[in-house]
Amino acid sequence: MDDNDEDDIVLSELSDEELVPQMFDDLYDGLKEEIEEGVRILLDRGWVPYRVLTEALVGGMTIVGNDFRDGILFVPEVLLAANAMKGGMSILKPLLAETGAPRMGKMVIGTVKGDIHDIGKNLVSMMMEGAGFEIVDLGINNPVENFLEALVREDADILGMSALLTTTMPYMKVVIDSLIEKGMREDYIVLVGGAPLNEEFGRAIGADAYCRDAAVAVDTAKTFIERKHNLLAAV
Amino acid sequence: MIPDDHILTEAGMALEPSGGRILLIACGALAREILAVIEANGWSHMDLTCLPAIHHNHPERICDAVRSAFRANRNDYETINLVYADCGTGGRLRVLCDELGIEMVEGPHCYSFFQGNGDFLERAGDEFTAFYLTDFLVRQFETFVWKPLGLDRHPELRDTYFGNYDRLVYQAQTEDPELNARAADCARRLGLAYERRFTGYGDLARTLERWA
Repeated sequence: MDDNDEDDIVLSELSDEELVPQMFDDLYDGLKEEIEEGVRILLDRGWVPYRVLTEALVGGMTIVGNDFRDGILFVPEVLLAANAMKGGMSILKPLLAETGAPRMGKMVIGTVKGDIHDIGKNLVSMMMEGAGFEIVDLGINNPVENFLEALVREDADILGMSALLTTTMPYMKVVIDSLIEKGMREDYIVLVGGAPLNEEFGRAIGADAYCRDAAVAVDTAKTFIERKHNLLAAV
Repeated sequence: MIPDDHILTEAGMALEPSGGRILLIACGALAREILAVIEANGWSHMDLTCLPAIHHNHPERICDAVRSAFRANRNDYETINLVYADCGTGGRLRVLCDELGIEMVEGPHCYSFFQGNGDFLERAGDEFTAFYLTDFLVRQFETFVWKPLGLDRHPELRDTYFGNYDRLVYQAQTEDPELNARAADCARRLGLAYERRFTGYGDLARTLERWA
């Protein structure tokens, strides 16, 4: 976008119909301050936080995700967009609980033992939050005990594990095998992700699904949660 | 003659057949090291062709490139060996090698086989917060690290990428004070402590010796 155009735009002077697409552009360009300003404007205009989140932020981030998937955007741009969305989320997050936003389920997520690469995990966490999931982020380098303890403590629905290294991805199987040993495997949806993984690996280690990116993780989590609810309803 | 690093990065190294009976298909980032080992041992029966080193940043491209190089040369050599480790392919390269009936270098990546796979594994528990560079990657730091991560345009992303690392380990294949200084500068730019570790060619040399 042309810099002169940017200078001419005063967000508060835009109608809602103009502001949301403008926020999509700002998110795409990684403009954190503009996103925060846009969120405040929409809230001031009476939008409920959940609507701001889904229509302005998640809507914009979906475009970013699609263009990343299609090779139009690259990692640095996605990170800048994510950082901008994070700015908006930090305003909305405290308000979402107060205003009764729908809750999809709870996910415990972390990178596995020996792995410190958390960029993908952080993107998944953010997009899952955007989709209404509650996230318990265990951070990096988690031994099996961390995952198991958090799943029970948090009464979680989903376990998300991430690894970037060929050397650390087998540890996901250690965690899943521990769940099986303790008779806990069927209690949780297990999603795995990370650059060197693939669907075949996910199946081989006993995960419910491999998710190639954050958008797929959200869709997959929604599908599994819906299936779980249907099963419970049928009982 | 070895192409310059830019060509090794983008195009690799074309095969110059010498009538050798063994062909090595390698990552362009290993060209100098492999030729140094071949020359030191006088292995005139070994030919080398390299795939673009930049595949290091795009492991999803490696298997197709290897398959093409194998098909193009399989009728001209008694033996073809692959000078790649897993290199982020998530085991796919091993599956491909089994299918083609060729050997590859053991280990997860060049950092491991330069160090020696056994030693690298032993250190893994203490060193998983280390970011590694080799001779080639020190010379090509801008192309393989700085620019692809967008740090030339967005230096504020540095800690997003490297905040969980605590040190840069330069695995030196050669004694080169200039590369040492450049590697130290890479560490400074990434905000990491610096360590130089001479590895030589490690398991690479041992593997080539076995294949020779």
